[in-house]
Amino acid sequence: MESCNCIEPQWPADELLMKYQYISDFFIALAYFSIPLELIYFVKKSSVFPYRWVLVQFGAFIVLCGATHLINLWTFNTHSRTVAVVMTTAKALTAVVSCATALMLVHIIPDLLSVKTRELFLKNKAAELDREMGLIRTQEETGRHVRMLTHEIRSTLDRHTILKTTLVELGRTLALEECALWMPTRTGLELQLSYTLRHQNPVGFTVPIHLPVINQVFSSNRAVKISPNSPVARLRPTAGKYMPGEVVAVRVPLLHLSNFQINDWPELSTKRYALMVLMLPSDSARQWHVHELELVEVVADQVAVALSHAAILEESMRARDLLMDQNVALDLARREAETAIHARNDFLAVMNHEMRTPMHAIIALSSLLQETELTPEQRLMVETILKSSNLLATLINDVLDLSRLEDGSLELDLATFNLHAVFREVVQLVKPIASVKKLSVTLVMASDLPEYAIGDEKRLMQTILNIVGNAVKFSKEGSISVAACIAKTEPLLDARAPDFFPVPSESHFYLRVQVKDSGSGVNPQDIPKLFNKFAQNQSLANRNSGGTGLGLAICKRFVNLMEGHIWIESEGFGKGCTASFIVKLGIGGRSSEPDHRVVPLNRVQSNFPGLKILLMDDNGVSRMVTKGLLMHLGCDVTITSSADECLRVVSPEYKVVFMDVGSPGTSGYEVTRRIHERIPKRHERPLIIALTGNTDKATKDNCLRVGMKGVLLKPVSLEKMRSVLSELLERGSLRES
Amino acid sequence: MDVSQMQGQLIDYTASLFREGFLDDQFTQLQQLQDESNPDFVFEVVSLFFEDSERLLNDLGRALTQQIVDFKKVDAHVHQLKGSSSSIGAQRVKNACVAFRNFCEEQNTEGCLRCLQQVKQEYFLVKNKLESLFRLEQQILAAGGSIPMVE
Repeated sequence: MESCNCIEPQWPADELLMKYQYISDFFIALAYFSIPLELIYFVKKSSVFPYRWVLVQFGAFIVLCGATHLINLWTFNTHSRTVAVVMTTAKALTAVVSCATALMLVHIIPDLLSVKTRELFLKNKAAELDREMGLIRTQEETGRHVRMLTHEIRSTLDRHTILKTTLVELGRTLALEECALWMPTRTGLELQLSYTLRHQNPVGFTVPIHLPVINQVFSSNRAVKISPNSPVARLRPTAGKYMPGEVVAVRVPLLHLSNFQINDWPELSTKRYALMVLMLPSDSARQWHVHELELVEVVADQVAVALSHAAILEESMRARDLLMDQNVALDLARREAETAIHARNDFLAVMNHEMRTPMHAIIALSSLLQETELTPEQRLMVETILKSSNLLATLINDVLDLSRLEDGSLELDLATFNLHAVFREVVQLVKPIASVKKLSVTLVMASDLPEYAIGDEKRLMQTILNIVGNAVKFSKEGSISVAACIAKTEPLLDARAPDFFPVPSESHFYLRVQVKDSGSGVNPQDIPKLFNKFAQNQSLANRNSGGTGLGLAICKRFVNLMEGHIWIESEGFGKGCTASFIVKLGIGGRSSEPDHRVVPLNRVQSNFPGLKILLMDDNGVSRMVTKGLLMHLGCDVTITSSADECLRVVSPEYKVVFMDVGSPGTSGYEVTRRIHERIPKRHERPLIIALTGNTDKATKDNCLRVGMKGVLLKPVSLEKMRSVLSELLERGSLRES
Repeated sequence: MDVSQMQGQLIDYTASLFREGFLDDQFTQLQQLQDESNPDFVFEVVSLFFEDSERLLNDLGRALTQQIVDFKKVDAHVHQLKGSSSSIGAQRVKNACVAFRNFCEEQNTEGCLRCLQQVKQEYFLVKNKLESLFRLEQQILAAGGSIPMVE
């Protein structure tokens, strides 16, 4: 191509463009190669990338693109066929890979997008959980506060402390401005401000109990929001400038002991409530949260329980103080009573003697006077004196006896006596009077009634005499029967003593005596009073019979002392009367007869345990018998059959030596002499006793002469041996028997 | 027969022995010495008595048939026999021995021989009786009863 000479082109246009294309392609290739490297580097760093295969594809695509651009560099100029082929291959591959990648991305992009949505969702969830965590923590805090509060409240039993602590802790936990407690007054018609948190000394505010707001609170067991302007909430003069905080009120049941049923929670049937008012700080825009209200309710319940505990404690302390006072008073009374009894006893003891002495003098001298010469009037006077003084003496005796009986200081004189004789004597005593009144007295004694008994004869006779005497006294005509027998083991038909069962034993029996009379009888209603002291049957007919009225009382006490029972039956006036009593007596003086019974083999009676005895006897049988005898008595026997053997064995450890000297030829005396030589000391020497078949004087003298301590005649009985050994151990020798 | 019958029989037999003088109080003493630690005491003593007595009787027989009778020895034997029999309460044997001794003192051989016969007779009688007694006791024990004692 010819170039014109007019304008020189600045540059060869194709050359410059080519150059820039060249440079750009180069840089593109560079970038294309470095991007996958960076990608690989970063992916290797992060372990979580899920789409590696895509990345490989992407990498391949980029690399191939880069390769294409790089190969392009050679195609600007003429190039060989190889280059063209390489170029074509590269381009073809690039096309394949890029299409594949494009297709792949179609699958992947939706996933990648959804990842983002999930991330958002998780973030929201996390925020929500955080919120809930916060809530739970708050509740836990509240719970802790409640527990702490309860602990504080329950750690004391003092009412004031409980309430004060409640208010303080509530105030602290809930950050209250004011907290107040209104208690019902004694009348129950008003609520009185009893405790507050901030005020030190609450003035005696009262509000009537039947305000609607109060009723509203009392009717529900939840914490109720009330208006800050209600009378119970208006504790401070409102300044008017600020917004008072929200106020909540809750009822506190005041429980009594009787409210606690055994099986269920305390029924809220109590009518008495106290009112707790809580005020949030003003101007704080705080609201009462649900959990705070729950806290308040729980605390109110706990306070109720704590208060009731305190109340119970107060009551029990009061009761205890009361009991202590009563105790002291009783003690004093008891001591006074004792002093009185002592005083009376002293009085009686003195009077006993002092009264009896003059009485005796009067009676004795009057009787003597009676014996002298008297005019009829004088005689009458003396007789009256005698009769009256006898009566007085009986009265004194009865009174003194009774007081002794009541004291319990009377004791029975137990002895063996003739039971039959007692009855006979009583009958003899009353016969004169009875015959004067033309009354017949019969005595019936059961055949199995023992002749001898052990008991207090004098007092038994006194009792029988009293009863029979009463029968005679109160009968104007008819008959008196006295029956004595052994009581059977059956309950008495007397309703007043349903538990009295006379149970005989080997050594005791129960005597039953029944005295029936056909006299004036007794009104059944008066029967219980008969045994009372000084009670008299005040019917006209008996005015003159005299008597102290103490007789039956004394009888009753005697019978009781004898572990018995006495009672009277009567069907009414004019129908007679039956007096009966049962007493316990010992079975007297029976000797047991010998009987042939199968007796087991004898027991060993070791009277002389371990006593070492040496026996010398040349007769085998007799030796065996003596040995058996001594062993039976527990002795430790060594037998020898000859003098030599005896001398060999003898030593100070034997306490006694029994030596047979009967047979002629035995040198019993010789042995004795040798023993004396062998053991010269007296206290070491055993006591030597001779056993012999004949006890003539010569033998005895011989024995004693050689120094034997005694002589025994064979055969020796068990008892004899026992007594011999005892005597030997005690005295060291045998008495001449 | 049953135990109580046998016991009754024993009591009666024992009583008869006492009544007839075969045994005296010493035998009762022996019975009293029998106890748990010594359950066959009576039997042992009586057996020993039998042995001893038979030996003594033989010796006596021999001694009295010697040409020259050694009365001292005879007396010694009789003394032994008397001692034994009195130890167990064989009353009749003892009494016979007492008579025997008198003849010994008199050195009367005829009398001694006669007494020896007497003693032998009494001895065998009492031996018989005692053996029957023991047999009865064994029967009772075998039947499970216990020996009754007359207090």
